[in-house]
Amino acid sequence: MRNKYSVFSLIKNALSYHENWHRAWKDPAPKKEYDAVIVGGGGHGLATAYYLAKKHNMNNIAIVEKGWIGGGNTGRNTTIIRSNYLWDASAGLYDHALKIWEGLSQELNYNVMFSQRGVMNLAHNLQDVRDLKRRTHANRLNGIDAVYLSTEEVKKFCPIINTSPDIRYPVLGGTLQRRAGTARHDAVAWGYARGADAMGVDIIQNCEVKGIKRNGDSVEGIETTKGFIKTKKVGVVAAGHSSVIANMAGLRLPLESKPLQALVSEPVKPIIDTVVMSNAVHAYVSQSDKGELVIGAGTDDYVSYTQKGSHQIVEGTLNAILELYPIFSRMRMLRQWGGIVDICPDASPILSKTSIKGLYFNCGWGTGGFKATPGSGDLFAHTIANDEPHKLNAAFNLNRFVSGDLVDEHGAAAVAH
Amino acid sequence: MFLINCPYCGERDQQEFKAGGEAHIERPKQPTELSDDEWAEYLFMRKNIKGVQFERWNHAHGCRKWFNMIRDTSNDEIKAIYKMGEKPPSQ
Repeated sequence: MRNKYSVFSLIKNALSYHENWHRAWKDPAPKKEYDAVIVGGGGHGLATAYYLAKKHNMNNIAIVEKGWIGGGNTGRNTTIIRSNYLWDASAGLYDHALKIWEGLSQELNYNVMFSQRGVMNLAHNLQDVRDLKRRTHANRLNGIDAVYLSTEEVKKFCPIINTSPDIRYPVLGGTLQRRAGTARHDAVAWGYARGADAMGVDIIQNCEVKGIKRNGDSVEGIETTKGFIKTKKVGVVAAGHSSVIANMAGLRLPLESKPLQALVSEPVKPIIDTVVMSNAVHAYVSQSDKGELVIGAGTDDYVSYTQKGSHQIVEGTLNAILELYPIFSRMRMLRQWGGIVDICPDASPILSKTSIKGLYFNCGWGTGGFKATPGSGDLFAHTIANDEPHKLNAAFNLNRFVSGDLVDEHGAAAVAH
Repeated sequence: MFLINCPYCGERDQQEFKAGGEAHIERPKQPTELSDDEWAEYLFMRKNIKGVQFERWNHAHGCRKWFNMIRDTSNDEIKAIYKMGEKPPSQ
């Protein structure tokens, strides 16, 4: 890498008042033709380009992004990383990502602040208890670390949780994945962008795709706001706007795009050193390194691209947070926002070829795509480079909605869709 | 969050309603003769339009009746509301 970040480069640049750092990535104009173009410069798209260049020697490629990189859902999620999914296919997919997370900062030479602080999922009724115990066993059979905790053990692991049996939805137990945690979402986008750029990938921002040009059943290129770009391979990683791109190619997807909200509080001293999620009362919370409580709410039930969401969704989440954590009753919330999530009928993603040759889709991550960023990029790059899925993403094809071989992860999605 | 003019009850807060997804998807008349592709199309594939979309809504915490809505999903603006069985009004 041209400018390796290290303690020595930090000292050197400190001597010149940090005014001489090189740009982390260039700002090129699009070339006339690329071997492949990735549509969407979020974490998944940047990671896809990074692995295409790194593992498949495809260096003549570009990422086109209609806004700025990491400005969509990558910058809007609650940064939770875990792999405790129920089914074998999902366990393989998400744990592949988690394994890459564990060495990502070193690999990218960029601190993504990956923090394995553990993720706890709470049970609030007997069905939750049975489901979470089953999921713990399934995880362990797949080699994923998981333990089931009693109410007392939940209290011991996170003392601020109200485990009184008298609350409306008492805590009956929970699961813990210790390898799970959080990472700094912007750093993930920037780290992958810097890495991809260093290998010759063109990152083209403020460049919106307006059409996909086909010659019969093959892709010929894309129309963008910066002109026509010729390419035989287009990988679409457009999250909430996947259906919009699919419509340009005359393709139908089983997706619905809905607003998902999150909010952060004012910063306070360290109070919660893990991530706690609760599907039943629909609330999850962690604390950022700045000290803000990061709280996730649910999706609205209607299709919308507004990045806003309804007030009552936030209110419901905060009601649950207050019952579980009475200590937060005087916290003030600073910011609230929404992101548009593309939800599949089975709450599992699509990483797939399509009926159009050279057109690939990576979408349908719904409310939980951030955790999969490195694995998603790696496997999607494999799919694009070889025109065949990797065995870890073979189950996540578009054809499963025809064959009926769905990967139903509504339970493990942790947020009810 | 927005207001919805229920054709039976009048204007109410959106949180009284439940969204029922894309409208005018007709149940197959002869289900036994459908291919897997046609089932997938009927059950799962959606237009998911950014812009003007036809939807079904239910006044779940009110009269519990279903009705249709034409709404712009890019700004949540409601263009028209009409009862089940009625033809969509021209916009």
